[in-house]
Amino acid sequence: MSTRRDTDIDSIEGADTVRVLVGKPGLDGHDRGAKVVARAFRDAGFEVIYSGLRNSPEAIVQTAIQEDVDVVGLSILSGAHDTLVPKTMELLEDAGMTDVLFLVGGTIPDADAKELREQGVDRVFGPDTDINDIVDYVRREVLE
Amino acid sequence: MSGSGPGLDRDGLDGDLRDLVEGTLDGQQLALSRLISHIEDRKPGYRAAMRAIYRESGDARIIGITGQPGAGKSTLVDKVVDRYREQGLTVGVIAVDPSSPYSGGSVLGDRIRQTSRSEDPEVFFRSMSSRGQGGGLAAATFDVIHAMDAFGKDVVLIETVGAGQNEVDIVSVAETVCVVTIPGAGDDIQANKAGILEIADVFAVNKADLDGAHTTRKELLQMIRIGNDLDDSDERRWMPPIELTTATRGEGVDELLEAFDDHYEFLTDTGRLSEERAARFRQELRTHVDAELSALVDRLVAARAPDHEDGDPHTGAEAVLAPLRAAVEAELDGD
Repeated sequence: MSTRRDTDIDSIEGADTVRVLVGKPGLDGHDRGAKVVARAFRDAGFEVIYSGLRNSPEAIVQTAIQEDVDVVGLSILSGAHDTLVPKTMELLEDAGMTDVLFLVGGTIPDADAKELREQGVDRVFGPDTDINDIVDYVRREVLE
Repeated sequence: MSGSGPGLDRDGLDGDLRDLVEGTLDGQQLALSRLISHIEDRKPGYRAAMRAIYRESGDARIIGITGQPGAGKSTLVDKVVDRYREQGLTVGVIAVDPSSPYSGGSVLGDRIRQTSRSEDPEVFFRSMSSRGQGGGLAAATFDVIHAMDAFGKDVVLIETVGAGQNEVDIVSVAETVCVVTIPGAGDDIQANKAGILEIADVFAVNKADLDGAHTTRKELLQMIRIGNDLDDSDERRWMPPIELTTATRGEGVDELLEAFDDHYEFLTDTGRLSEERAARFRQELRTHVDAELSALVDRLVAARAPDHEDGDPHTGAEAVLAPLRAAVEAELDGD
């Protein structure tokens, strides 16, 4: 019997997997956009955690932590982005998740988008965005 | 296991990974979450991490929940989690979803139904995809169970779609396996009975407010009895109870938990719990061996397989296997 215990040979080594949370905080019930984006991420080979409708910022952050996502993307069509986004970012920071890519999509007026960017949102995608641009952007930011 | 170790095995655990393991054992969610990613991705050092984790695990109750798509597993899991929390128990959930065979990506939507405890820090919910890697998924899932156990969860639930051998393998390591079905699905179970009936310790007929719930219960009961009559050993047997549940309204969930408890009691009373754990140890070991072996064989095939114009597949397979056979003979020589 061999008694060797070889612990440092890792013949199976996985690549980094991109994990994305697609969340819908607040009260609007329109999730077509979120689902289209989620599907595009899946087709790009990402693992997408879709949170469903009407999540609180607290629930979204708990999901982001437990699923160890690289990207948090919030879809907001209710106009409440100026409260939901800062709240979510604050909770993420409190939880120590500071290295996550933070995206917002939806009907965000340009002036508000600028403000969100200044608060630390990495990108804001409006209704006219090409879906491939979002996928390419995420891939570039997370994998490179 | 728990508390018996002299502290962390520091061999092979570098700074960052050691922090993740210590943070996990210390009950920090972010550490557990990142450790899970590390072991799921099979990044360097994951074995050393698992060695340290394994030593601190073994206290959690492990419950598997499986069943056909659309049976309402996610909603039922949400309610089961809620009741365990009412009992003061902490819960870990592992939800396994298949990934797209084309892109390798997946949309993991099991969290959509997890509304009862979505902000409760004592519930740790993790989605996993199969990533197209056969036995690798089972191997990683076992490791995640141990990580949640060592983290301190009282109960670990594993939820899988009961389609395909791989997922049956995953859920069968649970001490208690609950198969979820719906009214009218008796024939499906009949067709799949070789897999599903054998692993079920408890049945839940969910959506029991629909017509036919009692008929389905009767059909299941008959199948269980037939299986039981064929078993002529003298051992005390476990008859899988069949609970009617309506998860959306939380009906039947208390009874389902009682059935889980009864089964656990049966396992402890009859001494089968330690048998189950020994079997699980062997199955886990075997899964890891198979996953590693498959990776080794991939390399051998790439290096030694002859071209298709140079012979037949059997001879080619022998050429690939020759060094493995020689190594096995040498190893076992004299045993």
